[in-house]
Amino acid sequence: MLRALLSDDLPRSRWLAIVLLVILLGLAFAPFLFPGAKSLNVAAKICVFIVLAASFDLLLGYTGIVSFAHTMFFGIGAYGVAIALTRLGAGWDSVALGVAGGLALAIVLAALIGLFSLRVRTIFFAMITLAVASAFLILASQLSDLTGGEDGLNYRLPLALRASFRPFDGVNGRVLDYYLVYVVSLALVLMLLRIVNSPFGSVLMAIRENPFRAEAIGYRTVVYRTLASCIAAATAALAGALLALWSSQTNPDTTLSFDIMVDILLMVVIGGMGTMYGAAIGAVLLVLAQNYLQALVGDRWLLWLGVAFILCVYFFPTGIVGRLRRR
Amino acid sequence: MKRDWIPLLLIPLLGVAAFPLVGSPASWVTLTVAGLAMGLMIFVMASGLTLTFGLMDVLNFGHGAFIAVGAFVAATVMLALGAWMQADSIWLNLAAFLPAILAAMVVSGALGLVFERVIVQPVYGQHLKQILVTTGGLIVAEQLLKLVWGPDQITLARPTALRGAFLIGDIAIEKYRLLAVVIGLLVFAALALTLSRTRIGLLIRAGVENGEMVEALGYRIRRLFVGVFVVGSALAGLGGAMWGLYQETVTAGIGAQVIVLVFIVIIIGGLGSVGGCFVGALLVGLTANYIGFLAPKVALGSNILLMALILLWRPQGLYPVAKR
Repeated sequence: MLRALLSDDLPRSRWLAIVLLVILLGLAFAPFLFPGAKSLNVAAKICVFIVLAASFDLLLGYTGIVSFAHTMFFGIGAYGVAIALTRLGAGWDSVALGVAGGLALAIVLAALIGLFSLRVRTIFFAMITLAVASAFLILASQLSDLTGGEDGLNYRLPLALRASFRPFDGVNGRVLDYYLVYVVSLALVLMLLRIVNSPFGSVLMAIRENPFRAEAIGYRTVVYRTLASCIAAATAALAGALLALWSSQTNPDTTLSFDIMVDILLMVVIGGMGTMYGAAIGAVLLVLAQNYLQALVGDRWLLWLGVAFILCVYFFPTGIVGRLRRR
Repeated sequence: MKRDWIPLLLIPLLGVAAFPLVGSPASWVTLTVAGLAMGLMIFVMASGLTLTFGLMDVLNFGHGAFIAVGAFVAATVMLALGAWMQADSIWLNLAAFLPAILAAMVVSGALGLVFERVIVQPVYGQHLKQILVTTGGLIVAEQLLKLVWGPDQITLARPTALRGAFLIGDIAIEKYRLLAVVIGLLVFAALALTLSRTRIGLLIRAGVENGEMVEALGYRIRRLFVGVFVVGSALAGLGGAMWGLYQETVTAGIGAQVIVLVFIVIIIGGLGSVGGCFVGALLVGLTANYIGFLAPKVALGSNILLMALILLWRPQGLYPVAKR
């Protein structure tokens, strides 16, 4: 049962299993273990960023391509829901429409960028995604009629997700909203785990290790890379939709900015490239650091994380998970 | 060798095509000069990046850090020499301006040397790690910049002699843009002459074409590369200083802001080609200014469109470097 759920990709280390279990249970009971609006907000952010980092890891760790447009897809998902809720009113039908629209746009854009730039060289992909993402960021802040510009959008959530909704004692709409985020995030992570452990995932890893050889065996690397890019984009868009459904506001800073891209990179590399579990651990570490470490270490915590990032790439390419598994 | 003139012809073609759209000749001249100035500043910043890529297959995503450092160092020197900057004498202005850009180049170059030794050297030949590590270097450098110069933006006034514009009839040409064009052309000429007329240039070109062969003939391509990297960083610093003075503000995000244009330029030009980088930079500068005038909302999107069009025409860029 557990094997089937985890797609036969067990933690393979007692400590890693314990850490993951703590994360899983801690998040599962977060509304009761850590009451308060701030800690619930942090827990929801952790869920969303685990999905976002895991989907980025599909590209970086499993396929070996670097995309700087991952936040663009995240933002597309978030703005899809936000625009639908703003324009069409706070109902579940507008949520569904927003999610569908965001997903479609993300997949089409990812396919276009992939077919355009993955054909030539993977280093092109990194540069072109950077250019497209920055153009998109500017576009989002310029089209203020649609996106609310720099200020973003504030909108009402469906009734069942509002704080005023109280189905029974001790549980309000925010808690329901949190569990929506939690369950969907968990399902998405398990889905990604399934994908990377499938034959398709093996082809991606083969491409990462040696693209020429993979091509020679008969796999069209462009197609596989583009597919991986589309799956990652779709998952990132869903993560964005979750964030929009959680926070009832969407703006460029929280969804599209380059700072978030840097955060995702840090999460995946420090947690461990090429392992979905690493992305989860990295996301937990970084979101906690952002929210609580600032008080302890001061403003320059990003400096130390940057140094840790470089050291990780040099000395521990498999990150924290690799370390834990080696024992 | 047969010269490929078609990409070069694109520049006047673009200018001519924009003329009827812009309408008035006066604005057209202003826009063209502005576009050339912007393009040449980007060229100054991008030339080093494209050369290091061509020579050692190293793409430095941290290049923006050198641009930012150049801008900050130049701003600091100019603010320290504020009295000379505001003096009403062109010589005093120059006495402040020249040390400022020299300091920017020296500091950026020195930083480039450290960057090459510490960050880039251990990951030769591994693209994925290069992208990651140089991005990490950019994160660290940006934080250090904030640590040294504070998080706020610095406002920078141009020296008196470079303020205002020359008026020819009803055509206005900003003085500073003219200076940017002159400096950019000087850098291009110096680079082109070094590459085509000197022994070192010969080795660099040979290295771009086939590095192993150059090594087999007994030259240390590593050392050559370090030199190119340092010069490239210094040029990025010069470009950053000029850009900061052009915008009249310097922020820690200046590197990230410009690096996107720099990447577009070197992709358009063909990775590794200085000539392509020159043509690409001018095309990008001109397009940005014409479109910025005609339809301001899509200005940055226009560069992406330009890149897409050129890659559809020549998937490897305007002047592909033969090896890859």
